[in-house]
Amino acid sequence: MRPDPWRRISLLSKPGGPRVALGRRSFLGLGAALSGSLALGARSGQAESQPASPPADAPWSQSLGPGVVDRPYGRPADTEAGVIRRNVPWLSAGTESSVSFSPLQDLHGIITPNGLFFERHHAGRPDIDPDQHRLMIHGLVERPLVLTMKDIVRFPQVSRIHFIECPANGGMEWRAAQINSLQFNHGMISCAEWTGVRLSTLLEEVGVKREAKWAMVEGADGAHMNRSLPLDKCLDDCLVVYAQNGEALRPEQGYPLRLVVPGWEGNVNIKWLRRIKLGDRPWYSREETSKYTDLMPDGTSRGFTWLIDAKSVITFPCPEKPLQSPGPYEIRGLAWTGTGKVKRVDVSTDGGVNWRSARLHEPVLSKALTRFTLPWQWDGRPALLQSRVIDETGYVQPTIAELRKIRGSNSVYHNNSIQTWQVKPDGSVFDVQIA
Amino acid sequence: MFRSPRRALLLGAGLLIAANSFARAAEPGQFGYGEGATPAQIAGWDIDVRGDDGAGLPSGKGSVERGAEVFAEQCAACHGTFGEGEGRFPKLVGGAGTLKNDRPELTVGSFWPFAPTLFDYVNRAMPMPAPHTLSADDVYALTAYILNLNDLVPNEFVADRDSLPKVKMPNRDNFIWTDPRPDTVARTCMNACADPAGIKIMSTAEGNGLTPRTTGPLDTMQPK
Repeated sequence: MRPDPWRRISLLSKPGGPRVALGRRSFLGLGAALSGSLALGARSGQAESQPASPPADAPWSQSLGPGVVDRPYGRPADTEAGVIRRNVPWLSAGTESSVSFSPLQDLHGIITPNGLFFERHHAGRPDIDPDQHRLMIHGLVERPLVLTMKDIVRFPQVSRIHFIECPANGGMEWRAAQINSLQFNHGMISCAEWTGVRLSTLLEEVGVKREAKWAMVEGADGAHMNRSLPLDKCLDDCLVVYAQNGEALRPEQGYPLRLVVPGWEGNVNIKWLRRIKLGDRPWYSREETSKYTDLMPDGTSRGFTWLIDAKSVITFPCPEKPLQSPGPYEIRGLAWTGTGKVKRVDVSTDGGVNWRSARLHEPVLSKALTRFTLPWQWDGRPALLQSRVIDETGYVQPTIAELRKIRGSNSVYHNNSIQTWQVKPDGSVFDVQIA
Repeated sequence: MFRSPRRALLLGAGLLIAANSFARAAEPGQFGYGEGATPAQIAGWDIDVRGDDGAGLPSGKGSVERGAEVFAEQCAACHGTFGEGEGRFPKLVGGAGTLKNDRPELTVGSFWPFAPTLFDYVNRAMPMPAPHTLSADDVYALTAYILNLNDLVPNEFVADRDSLPKVKMPNRDNFIWTDPRPDTVARTCMNACADPAGIKIMSTAEGNGLTPRTTGPLDTMQPK
């Protein structure tokens, strides 16, 4: 865990007790590191009996480490091996048309590391030769084009930070609390800096015919995954990207080329993008009729529900990261909205009776993950933690009861309800739903 | 909801001019990158079929009888001989009249609004291990067979670009293609928003055996 000013100050102002000893030790350790006076530390064995001293020189301090290109690409520390994307094996027939979840419980900040970005494939991950990849733009355009990757990279470049969320994120919780995990209940969201060319630039290049109103976007994967998008959205803020967090897209995220449709459900952000066709009406493909439509209790279904509504979740504490013992904590979480910016996040520790507004951390970007924190003194008694986001349109994140009242429990997608974490006296945390 | 395309184009062009010296006018081909797509290239990739009217359906045809043969060979391993679905692979048949039920069954017959979409999907994505290997005739035949399994076309039905758009799917008119959200009411109460005594835990995920582990190696658990 990173040193945190608020936590350190609280600990120093209230000396005494085992947690405080831990805090002071880490504080002194930091001071020692800053002053470079590691020699102050006791040699091995003494650290245990003298908690105020820094730890003894460890083996890694008494040896020569591997050199600079020992790992030419680099990878996380070996001890972080458990921080990985994970799947729910019983959720799908196989892994090829399935989903994996980002380990939000172990992540910090608003950027998802590329190797931990959630996956949703419809026909597995194609490993594409970028030299053979082409993007075709045709249909109701003046000049149909075939572009190579080299062509695409030449266009004026933009970078934007945006989240992508699968609309089925939280879909297992429509009926009841089922999955005791932050990762599996919320991990189908990730956020990255995307670099590429504005889709509007490409469409200007081919010349949009007046009668064009829709675009069909299609992937080069085995499923030729395709969706219809209104032309207005394409011209507004969509990006055709080849880079993610400063490096080429990962194959799992669409290498060598994908669409980013800011604030809209993940599946329209077509990966392995190979074709854009303009037309005057939508296509009603399988992925926008049989799937990614929301079944209501009266038997009707909502189609073209692209927008990701405002949502937030407390990422610490959570089932994977319980509390250790009573004392001061920082409640931490993430909030986002497809409409633009997060305006406010409120946090309750008593199941929604009383709320306090959390601190939003910069940067607060449009259609990007936003961090929030709130200091909390846990007295060791049962607690029900919730967070509630309000976005810049004034929309307030609903409870699951409010959503169910309107949509029932069979709509699968777009469950953006308030998450409740139950904290037990032993510090353990469970996924619950309350009324 | 959105700006008009023309305004966006003008705005986009304006931004380009402001941002760099590439742009002169918003005319097609100002950069000149890439190659014009030839009719042959377009024909090779232009596979999409529009669901509601079948625009884009290719020539060719297929009978229910031929569909049964192709299905047994290409599809039955996952979807079952009669579309009943093996394991967790999708069921293609049944569920008629269940959409308002507590446990609705969403299949081609009960849920899909448009028959041409079935041709499009089989053609673009199936069979899963070897997509894009079936002839148009065989895709038409599979479409005819799956519709017949759902009692939507007679045994002698032959699917082609004329007949398929005419098949009326039972759930066709039950889709709303405009998003009614936001559909919940905003509340930002801060204090004493509920009676603490009335707050009850209605469900918990504790101990129900559905959660894979989130530490160590990947879990292969199945629900007990």
